[in-house]
Amino acid sequence: MVGEIRIENVYKKFKSLDPTTDDVVALNGFSLDIKPGSFISLIGPSGCGKSTLLRIIGGLDKATSGEIYLDDKLIKKPGSDRGFAFQGSNLFPWLNVERNIAFGLKARHIYKDKKKDVSEYVKLVGLEGFEKSYPHQLSGGMQQRASLARALVGHPAVLLLDEPLGALDAFTRMNLQDEILNIWKEHNMTMIMVTHDVDEAIYMSDQVVVMSARPSKVEAVIDIDLPRPRARAQDTFQEYRTRILNVLNLGGKVDEIEYYL
Amino acid sequence: MKKYLSVALKLLLPYIAIGISVLVYYSVADNGKQKKTQYPYYIYFLLVIGAVLLVATLVSVFYRKIRKDIIYKSPFIAGVVVFLMGLNYITSKTLLLPVLYFPSLDRIIGLIVENRVFLLENVLDSLKLLLTGFVWGATVGFLTGLALGYSKHVGYWLNPVTKVIGPIPTTAWIPLALSVFPSTHEANVFLIAFAVWFPVTLMTSSGIQSITNVHFEVSRTLGASTIYQIIHVAIPAAMPSIFLGIFYGTVSSFATLMAVEMNGNSSGIGWYINWQKSVMLYDGVYAGLIIIAAICSLTLTILFKVRDKVLVWQKGVIKW
Repeated sequence: MVGEIRIENVYKKFKSLDPTTDDVVALNGFSLDIKPGSFISLIGPSGCGKSTLLRIIGGLDKATSGEIYLDDKLIKKPGSDRGFAFQGSNLFPWLNVERNIAFGLKARHIYKDKKKDVSEYVKLVGLEGFEKSYPHQLSGGMQQRASLARALVGHPAVLLLDEPLGALDAFTRMNLQDEILNIWKEHNMTMIMVTHDVDEAIYMSDQVVVMSARPSKVEAVIDIDLPRPRARAQDTFQEYRTRILNVLNLGGKVDEIEYYL
Repeated sequence: MKKYLSVALKLLLPYIAIGISVLVYYSVADNGKQKKTQYPYYIYFLLVIGAVLLVATLVSVFYRKIRKDIIYKSPFIAGVVVFLMGLNYITSKTLLLPVLYFPSLDRIIGLIVENRVFLLENVLDSLKLLLTGFVWGATVGFLTGLALGYSKHVGYWLNPVTKVIGPIPTTAWIPLALSVFPSTHEANVFLIAFAVWFPVTLMTSSGIQSITNVHFEVSRTLGASTIYQIIHVAIPAAMPSIFLGIFYGTVSSFATLMAVEMNGNSSGIGWYINWQKSVMLYDGVYAGLIIIAAICSLTLTILFKVRDKVLVWQKGVIKW
């Protein structure tokens, strides 16, 4: 099975352009082994380097030091083995749904042989009948679906999701969570998702990596041992939620506020 | 019932206006100062308007869309006819305005009809010059803008140059261009190209620079090479801005066309106006202005039609 990721001691420093301020250390020696076919969530406050890590795995940024291997191959730049779903939909507004999804196939000059995949993925994300629609004619959820299909159509071994559902309303969000899980299960791919939402992380992941900001480091890697499909209203959710919030030092604040009330 | 009556009235308005115009034309005595034309061209013109409108109205019985259009525009057409009637009354029935500078409508329309071949030759000369200059200016402007917007190095060296040379009014180049280029024609093409070049360069480069970085990152993760990114991300994303540059360029190319044709050219509609003015034939000046108005507004209409086709993906569309 493909999609195994080994992150070895990744260190990332952003050079400050202003000499009076210090360089920012976004990742301070991050290591993690990700099993093929697993679903990992990266969670933590903004500035904890979770998006940076995702971008380095995607090949969009370079680590200052340390290496990341995908199936024993060193990652240096973006590749067809990794799909990237960005925050918001980020469809190309000048292309219709079909052409947006086909963009990667055309860019890699394999469109002729894989034409069928486009309609297959349109169907997979439930956008039949909207192939010729332009992004501005679609709802936020539909745009996100199209954007997922665009990242998936090249059959990557790994899908990297950078808060893909952040801008959606609660119901659309839950629907899409389930759809992403279905795709994950059917296609046996590794998924790594950055999220701010603790419940989303618990509901979807095998493992939740909790990170902290400044100094940026991994605070805990929590295995979610719940059978799938999971029910959102489960009591055990609360346990995990408490654990994660405690790691983030957010668990106690609720009591304090109650005390003052 | 009331609704039908108001529609019928609206449809009749232009004919009533034409009828009154014809009545005024024949019943009120002329001032006697305007040169008489061989035919009553102004009346012919009104009759043509009436006939075209009548045919369109008859056709519209079968087409709902045309019908709505005609009902909507009828009062406006009537207004135009009334305006012309007033103009004709002032110029050929009274002596309110100096006859030399304000020829009668008969004379202006007559001149266009009688000199149509010569005018058409000049129009074609103008259009050829405009098009040649435009194609050069737009092409070079697009390429410069692309280089400026896409490459930081090119931007570093060329941006200041563009910013200093670009804003110089085209007309200021006329003396230099006329002495540097081997022929007037080449100088004119250069000047018009220059007028188009600057706005197209500016808007192309600004369009490319304001593309959100995410579009480039998405395309990188999808495996696009740099060349593929330029053609399939940078250019389409900057297209709205590029069109704005082309629009500004077109408008400024009209101004330059007139300037070069009035300075040293020996054909073209600008030259024609200047020539008619110098021999004190103001009916020719007006005829030239009417033709220029038609050419410019037609050009812009075509430009916007192309724009609407290319930019269907855009939400808001500039109305014209």
